Amino acid sequence: MFCDVCNTKEATVFLTQMIEGNVQKLNLCESCSKLQGVHDPMGFALADMLLGLGAAQEIEKTSISCPVCGFSQRDFKKRGRLGCGACYDTFTEGLSVMLRNMHRGMVHTGKVPIKIAAAYKRASELEKLKKLLTSAIQKEEYEEAGAYRDLIQKIESGEGDHEKSNDTCQKIIQEMLPLEDFSKTTVEKFSIKPLKLPPPESSEDFLL
Amino acid sequence: MNLSDFFAQTSELLSHPGPHSQIVVSSRVRLARNLDKKPFPGWAKKPERIALMEEMKSAVDFLPQMVSAFSERMENLTLLDKQVLVERHLISCEHAQKSVGSAIVVNPSQTLSVMINEEDHLRIQAILPGFELKQAFSIIAQIDTGLEEHLPFAFHPKLGYLTACPSNVGTGMRVSAMLHLPGLVLLEHMNKIINSVNKMGLVVRGLHGEGTDAIGNLFQISNQITLGEKEEDIIERLHVVIQQIFHHETNARTILLKQQSETLKDQIGRAYGILNHAYSITTKESLNLLSLIKLGVDLNLFPREVSYPIDSLFMEAQPAHLQKSAQLLKMTSQERDSLRATIIRDKLNKIPEPLLLKE
Repeated sequence: MFCDVCNTKEATVFLTQMIEGNVQKLNLCESCSKLQGVHDPMGFALADMLLGLGAAQEIEKTSISCPVCGFSQRDFKKRGRLGCGACYDTFTEGLSVMLRNMHRGMVHTGKVPIKIAAAYKRASELEKLKKLLTSAIQKEEYEEAGAYRDLIQKIESGEGDHEKSNDTCQKIIQEMLPLEDFSKTTVEKFSIKPLKLPPPESSEDFLL
Repeated sequence: MNLSDFFAQTSELLSHPGPHSQIVVSSRVRLARNLDKKPFPGWAKKPERIALMEEMKSAVDFLPQMVSAFSERMENLTLLDKQVLVERHLISCEHAQKSVGSAIVVNPSQTLSVMINEEDHLRIQAILPGFELKQAFSIIAQIDTGLEEHLPFAFHPKLGYLTACPSNVGTGMRVSAMLHLPGLVLLEHMNKIINSVNKMGLVVRGLHGEGTDAIGNLFQISNQITLGEKEEDIIERLHVVIQQIFHHETNARTILLKQQSETLKDQIGRAYGILNHAYSITTKESLNLLSLIKLGVDLNLFPREVSYPIDSLFMEAQPAHLQKSAQLLKMTSQERDSLRATIIRDKLNKIPEPLLLKE
């Protein structure tokens, strides 16, 4: 396991700290732990670490605040909660270290709100159609280009809102570009299986 | 619906014990959702917080699942009422401290609750008796989908659902199960279990969640990670871990019965004795002893029909429920301790001695 700070040396110091009831873990190598003052547990704040390297000092210097809600990094340090959704973009640098430590990845892979999923789908359809349009023009296939242009116009004007968008429209898109399906998580997949447990054995078997 | 009528109804948790409810007392899923481009409740100015609450409250009241629900602004609830809601796991301790600008909506069977302007704009929760994580999730997914038609949620293309605390970002989902594990506690195996569970990225907490003690041998197990994993995967992982703990607890009970029946007899007999003869008892002591009686019921040392009165005592013995039943606005803790002892004695007197003692 590598050090969370330099990412080059083997981690030898493992820290666990409770912040607002959540356990935070941090792995450091020998030299980085000294630099961070880990030998003196009272003087070391994992929160600073999680907020980004030397966040405490950086905050004093830069004091960025969120353009949407006016929340500052100092507020975050004080409250442990963010001001609004836009704060995630404002403080993205410091937060990414924190999120990496807390979670299993940096990208959401679960449910997407239906409206947003539809917007994504539309945006990606448009992008692909525009590429096709450009290449058709380059190849001087004007008939095809015309069809793409009409499709793009339809989607952009909102006419292509999907039930209405005629079948041919959908068909062309689907044939040409297999699209990723962003539609919402299917709940039906969850059938409840009855609990089957093996017969009791010895009590020693605790490897979960 | 007014609150007394509402509380008079028994919660679904008690009236219909769910599958495997001897060990898995309840299953819960909660989603954190926030409104797009609006400051989170902790940062919003009061007038905006109130306006947002009203907007969300009407959207929640409008849900088909919330027909004839109990729906109220937090400032209209007394401290005692809020505490009763906490004890029923319908609101969080944090939400109980809210007043103007926050609200609560609970469905009639008390399986669904929506906290408005807690730490996040919306905390939507489904709680079912027994081992029903997947069912709870499917219920809550429907509510979520119903609400997103009317309320634009803060959603980031990369980070998913945005929440006030970065520890909830992504799915915004916390799945938990309340487990009754007296066997593992008596065999002193709980620490091993907690360690293994922690290694799986799951957390073990006490009766009322974060920062609370494990009393009555009740433990809450929940996921910690919300980003980078699909809802289904999170639930599946918890499901598997709980199945294993279920197996270990069953195992522990068998060992206690076969190899350490002396310890078991002693523990259950003492619990029965104390509860039958105490004139003042704290919540903690009573829940710890009731847990042993519940174990006795599960092991058929008491008649089956005792199960319901014992399970309901777990709720009735808690401070706010006790005070609510006494219909007193103020009670000292000594007064509560003596009332608790009386209520428990009255119920236990009707329960025959544990069978093991007669052998």
